[in-house]
Amino acid sequence: MSENTSTRTGALGDLKKMFGSGSSNLRQFGILFSLIAIILLFQYLTDGLTLSSGNLINLVSQYSYILILAIGMVMVIIAGHIDLSVGSVAAFVGIVVATAMRDWNFPWPLAILLGLVVGMLIGAWQGAWVAYVGVPAFIVTLAGMLIFRGGNQVIGNANTVPVPDGFTIIGSGYLPEVGPNTGFNNLTLLLGLIIVLAVVASEWRARRVQKIMGSTPAPLWASIVKVVLLCAVIVYASVLFAGGRVGTSFPVSGIILGVLVLFYAFVTRNTIFGRHVYAVGGNKLAAELSGVKSRRVNFLVMMNMSILAALAGMIFVARSVASGPQDGLSWELDAIAAVFIGGAAVSGGIGTVVGSIIGGLVMAVLNNGLQLLGVGSDWVQIIKGMVLLVAVGVDVWNKSQGRPSIIGLLTRKKKTTEFPAEPPLVVPDTGTPESARPPATRPN
Amino acid sequence: MSPDHVILEMRSITKEFPGVKALSDVSITVKRGEIHAICGENGAGKSTLMKVLSGVYPAGTYTGDIIYQGQNVHFKDIRSSEEAGIVIIHQELALIPELSITENIFLGNEPTKWGAIDWITAKKTALELLARVGLRDNPDTLIKNIGVGKQQLVEIAKALNKSVKVLILDEPTAALNESDSMHLLDLIRGLKGKGISSIMISHKLNEIEQVADSITIIRDGKTIETLDVVADGVNEDRIIRGMVGRSLESRFPDRTPHIGEVFFEVRDWTVQHPQIAERMVVKRSSLNVRKGEIVGIAGLMGAGRTELAMSIFGRSYGNFISGHLYKDGKEIVLRSVADAIDHGLAYVSEDRKALGLNLLDDVKRSVVSAKLSKISSGPVVNDSKEFGIAEEYRKSLRIKTPSVNAGVSKLSGGNQQKVVLAKWMFTDPDLLILDEPTRGIDVGAKYEIYGIIQQLAEQGKGVILISSELPELLGLADRIYTVFEGAITDCIPAESADPETLMKSMTSARKKVQSI
Repeated sequence: MSENTSTRTGALGDLKKMFGSGSSNLRQFGILFSLIAIILLFQYLTDGLTLSSGNLINLVSQYSYILILAIGMVMVIIAGHIDLSVGSVAAFVGIVVATAMRDWNFPWPLAILLGLVVGMLIGAWQGAWVAYVGVPAFIVTLAGMLIFRGGNQVIGNANTVPVPDGFTIIGSGYLPEVGPNTGFNNLTLLLGLIIVLAVVASEWRARRVQKIMGSTPAPLWASIVKVVLLCAVIVYASVLFAGGRVGTSFPVSGIILGVLVLFYAFVTRNTIFGRHVYAVGGNKLAAELSGVKSRRVNFLVMMNMSILAALAGMIFVARSVASGPQDGLSWELDAIAAVFIGGAAVSGGIGTVVGSIIGGLVMAVLNNGLQLLGVGSDWVQIIKGMVLLVAVGVDVWNKSQGRPSIIGLLTRKKKTTEFPAEPPLVVPDTGTPESARPPATRPN
Repeated sequence: MSPDHVILEMRSITKEFPGVKALSDVSITVKRGEIHAICGENGAGKSTLMKVLSGVYPAGTYTGDIIYQGQNVHFKDIRSSEEAGIVIIHQELALIPELSITENIFLGNEPTKWGAIDWITAKKTALELLARVGLRDNPDTLIKNIGVGKQQLVEIAKALNKSVKVLILDEPTAALNESDSMHLLDLIRGLKGKGISSIMISHKLNEIEQVADSITIIRDGKTIETLDVVADGVNEDRIIRGMVGRSLESRFPDRTPHIGEVFFEVRDWTVQHPQIAERMVVKRSSLNVRKGEIVGIAGLMGAGRTELAMSIFGRSYGNFISGHLYKDGKEIVLRSVADAIDHGLAYVSEDRKALGLNLLDDVKRSVVSAKLSKISSGPVVNDSKEFGIAEEYRKSLRIKTPSVNAGVSKLSGGNQQKVVLAKWMFTDPDLLILDEPTRGIDVGAKYEIYGIIQQLAEQGKGVILISSELPELLGLADRIYTVFEGAITDCIPAESADPETLMKSMTSARKKVQSI
């Protein structure tokens, strides 16, 4: 069938298509828009300090672990749960790893492996309570928050345990200098180039897929503008990252984050497991009656969260060169805030990895910008709280008005959709030729 | 007619949603103390019209006038329409299960004395109201402990408490059994005597024919006609003609069954209630299905039909006690839904919103959701295959949706049901268990779904059809099992079955059944 006859007109309609259609994409577009606005605002307020090499590098290495938590958290929240224990789990794993290296002479790669295994065991423990015993995740992880915070202090005697140099690479390492001296970090530039090529390729593929699926893709100029804009941003960013103080460049933790984002965005969007996570969160009973093993999904989602928390904890320890009793304090709140700013729903079933990362970046840029301006941590907290409330509030309000976002409001379609009449599937005996039912209108 | 007799008039109501015109120029006139039925297929705009009237869609979001008791009114929300005496009772009841009857009746409208709730007055009034609707339960009973039929009465009592003048009932008898329905309709008739007008939306045309004074027929968001039941000599066929724009002489498509041999058997199936250990919801039930056969299951609500079906379908209900399943001559053990799907079983649930669909999903994701492995390579789902398959089903089942990327929550009931059918057809089942597949679906879509069921049988699949509507069973099934209190009481070939014999077996545990 030649698709619906709806027509979208106007430049805004095309703009909307540029960033993909569909309500979840639109919401992400709205958050992305806010992120850009916030960056520009602070760039102006800090006289260009925000988008300086040093600050950007700092921003990435300082917030990568929160963003890693947000990846796991969005999956937990999509499945309809919450995890309050991530900060404590991170701290616990951090101290175990630091102690293993100091007291038991673990080489650092083995220590990282140990950390991930400990994270997995903790996750299995919490996941089992949630999935197989049926205790709400809020309770299980509230308990976990206490247990593992205490565990950290038991193992470390409430002291700080330093970590060796090799280990610190995952938290404070940078892409190394290789090749000719260009005044820039060559690997960082290469990374930027690879990402540019990937963006071009993926847009090209997306257009092809859209054509196969019979939906009209955005006009070619829109795609080109989109790709050029994105590439400009990437090139600009890679030059900034590559042109920092000698010895610094794009942080290793940023690369870990990037790989995780790609991996989990793919898992949630394109795999059976990802579909099952959304299904369990959207309607558990219907999912179970479709053959989804909801317990296993819940177990895996909770376990995955703790593994990522372990990783985040180790990156933090590596960055601060020691594990201490106060590590990871209130990280869970930052991660949860990032996920909700990123468009996830408290009731489950809705949310995206990329959205949560953008949400986390909003918080990070805000935090960073306010610090650069010399705003005290008291006010930073108040402002962050308000941003969370307003972001989710606007989202909820828009949804209650039946619009996906502010952008959605601006680009609302004017024309009505009509279904073309089709012949009935089965023609009743007495059916006359003109008896084909006329087009339906909106369901009620 | 003199204006005094008219209590409510909606003139040229037009309501648009982004992209869709749901109502265009719809007008209805309701007289004081009449029962006015609104008929139309799903998606015709009935519920939208009632939402406009009750203020769910506030004044300003539609065009046209509502003249109520001689005045042009502009309701800004449900509360303001209720204050004016227009009360809507939704298809999905809006009662709180954990509160008592009294608390529910007075929710949001509590009588107070010195700022505290005056429970004595409340209970006294509740008793009076319950007497008026003919409910003899203790007003302290929790809503969750009374049946749907009684809950419906509590809703009406709640409306009476608000001194209702126009009562809107959206599919009031959809979830009720025969005797509860009769009671409710009697009650509505009684209210009419007290000067209360009722607007009733129902798909049960026989009920409309019985109780309505006038009928407005809506099709595709437009008023088609208003009929006076007595003067125009309206009958069911007349209404159907108005609704679908054609007459449906045969309500079931023709079919010559091609029945093969028995391929699926249930023997001595016994299932325990999930909470109450002493209660067996299914008792030593045996049945069989042949290839290409449509097997009906008739039983009153609560007889254990759904429990039987769900427990067969991978033990998704209750605690399995004993029994055996045989497919193609071999015994199979289905411990989970996934097992059941792998063995070629499919179950279309009676409650498509709660159990059939994830309402957050779009059409294409819903269609493939029960067998993702079929369109995946390893763990990765293939998007374009998914799209292609959804498109195929959209065309072959005529699912009315702007595209397969649209959310299922935006579809009408009939189209949602087609999505659920597509979802299960996609799993390539050998045996489909359809639990009330046409509940809450309009006549036209029903006819299409009957056609789909028959096609499935034609392809050699076995179909178990559970239905509360005896005409449906008699029209479709080749053989009908009757269930009473968890046990199968009879098995009747369709050609020798009639409503009376079925009803007898559905209400008594007389015979021990021999498979035929």
